[in-house]
Amino acid sequence: MNSSDIKKDFPILQNRKESYLDSAATTQKPKQVIDAIDEYYKNFNANPHRGAYSLSIEATQKYEETREKIAKFINAKHTEEIIFSKNATESLNLIAYSYGMENLKVDDEVVLSIMEHHSNLVPWQKVSKVTGCKLNYMYLNDNFEISDEEIEAKITDRTKIVGITHISNVLGTINDVKKIIKYAHKKGAIVVIDATQSIQHMKIDVQDLDADFIVFSGHKILAALGIGVLYGKKEILNKMTPFLMGGDMIEYVYEQNTTYAPLPNKFEAGTQNVEGVISLGAAIDYIETIGYDNIQRIEKEIVDYAMQELSKLDYLTLYVTPNRAHHSSVISFNIKGVHPHDVASILDANGVCVRSGNHCAQPLMRYLGIDSTCRASFYIYNTKEDVDNLVNALNKAYEMFKKYM
Amino acid sequence: MDELSDLYNDLIMEHSMNSCNKKELKCYDCCKMGHNPNCGDEIKLELKMDGDVIEDLAFVGHGCAISQASTSIMIDTLRGKAIYEAKKIIETFIGMIKREITDEAELEKLEDAIAFRNISHMPARVKCALLAWHTIEDMLDERERKVDGE
Ligand SMILES: Cc1ncc(COP(=O)(O)O)c(C=O)c1O
Ligand SMILES: [Zn+2]
Repeated sequence: MNSSDIKKDFPILQNRKESYLDSAATTQKPKQVIDAIDEYYKNFNANPHRGAYSLSIEATQKYEETREKIAKFINAKHTEEIIFSKNATESLNLIAYSYGMENLKVDDEVVLSIMEHHSNLVPWQKVSKVTGCKLNYMYLNDNFEISDEEIEAKITDRTKIVGITHISNVLGTINDVKKIIKYAHKKGAIVVIDATQSIQHMKIDVQDLDADFIVFSGHKILAALGIGVLYGKKEILNKMTPFLMGGDMIEYVYEQNTTYAPLPNKFEAGTQNVEGVISLGAAIDYIETIGYDNIQRIEKEIVDYAMQELSKLDYLTLYVTPNRAHHSSVISFNIKGVHPHDVASILDANGVCVRSGNHCAQPLMRYLGIDSTCRASFYIYNTKEDVDNLVNALNKAYEMFKKYM
Repeated sequence: MDELSDLYNDLIMEHSMNSCNKKELKCYDCCKMGHNPNCGDEIKLELKMDGDVIEDLAFVGHGCAISQASTSIMIDTLRGKAIYEAKKIIETFIGMIKREITDEAELEKLEDAIAFRNISHMPARVKCALLAWHTIEDMLDERERKVDGE
């Protein structure tokens, strides 16, 4: 099995001729996922949890079966530890509000890495402003990695929460989250893992990691837009108060008071995105059919090739760790002296989709002393031809600017 | 690709890479920052008036070629113009980018700034081209309010 075989499963990659190198922003969807959504609306749609008739019960079943599937997929101990949200951002806000706001005090510390996405940073700033807790950052070494010394210097006895991305959406650095979790637990802190850029690439086992919270977005792992997941340890989730209030998250409602439903419904207010959940179930089936072994093999081949070819272009600056084992499938780069937005426009005109900008990581950009980068990100359907197109388009961009430098 | 070479042409490239308008004025009447969070374009425009005439303009800043070239070309176009003329040109430029003004005779008045007419084919870059023009528009409006208030 190789990326050309996999590519055939993705209608958009047949219908469009661009080289799509922006999977870190959102992945394309295989027909198995698109079909599952289609089938849901043709045969099962009803408001889950709300009808006594069989159609609604079937919709509820599909929804709850997917929860079980996800629990198995990430090896959660209990199915009710899986909470559905809108996306990773909402999951992180839920943690910040329902756990952070309620538990943090002045003198407590929240430790984040400087490579966090705004979604795992801005909510903690808000918590810090409201509770008075401190916000500290773990910075990077010259390889764009967080050293052990940095971990041990920043996570202290006062640290109550550590927020860390498993894989950086800008640098592609794979953080050793297991080690960070172990150290944080020793110091009495709980750890929030942002798996938004990792779960599509590597096996996540929440019990092996001993993670307290893990979040991700469905749309970056082949599923529909608008569905996200929050995993939390049952004993922690049970103690937390609800984030959003309304229908479905309640037990009894009186004029002045309400008792809340048990997990997981406590955190799922309002009519849920069943379509999105179904699509996520189909995406997980797809991932499991291919297997993480194959995913890693295919990605390694394509990213190795991309690194080899891009390293030959001496007009490029690459923001990548030299330690290949710690680098996933995102490559940030700049053409020296050319603004990334111009580069992205020229690549676009040559049929290559890359992202340019600060990638929702302004503190990281400032730390690196740059405004923005171009970012090519790869997934299992990308081929060597995509890399060749990228390199050719980069050469054209460089030629266009070179004569004026 | 053709449209692209149209856009990244000699004129725009020269202005973006080696602009003689990129400097600080020795003295000026007002200055304003403009920025475009989208691609991080940032400019500081300085304006020196002589009565109702724009005596001089200059800018410093950084960002994409489109934003920097558009700023520099705008300065060349507006230098020496009376405020009412400048406002008309700004309006025409914005109208051209939005495809609301297509009359050739009218567009001629933009001088070199007409080079940006095809930017509307690249929606992602429209803001870059407009940054300086919106900034000067605000500056002239603010100045007018101040003069009126006096
Ligand atoms: C590391 C990381 N965390 C969080 C997010 C936020 O994801 P979403 O916008 O789907 O909530 C992203 C996506 O851009 C990301 O890359
Ligand atoms: Zn720009």
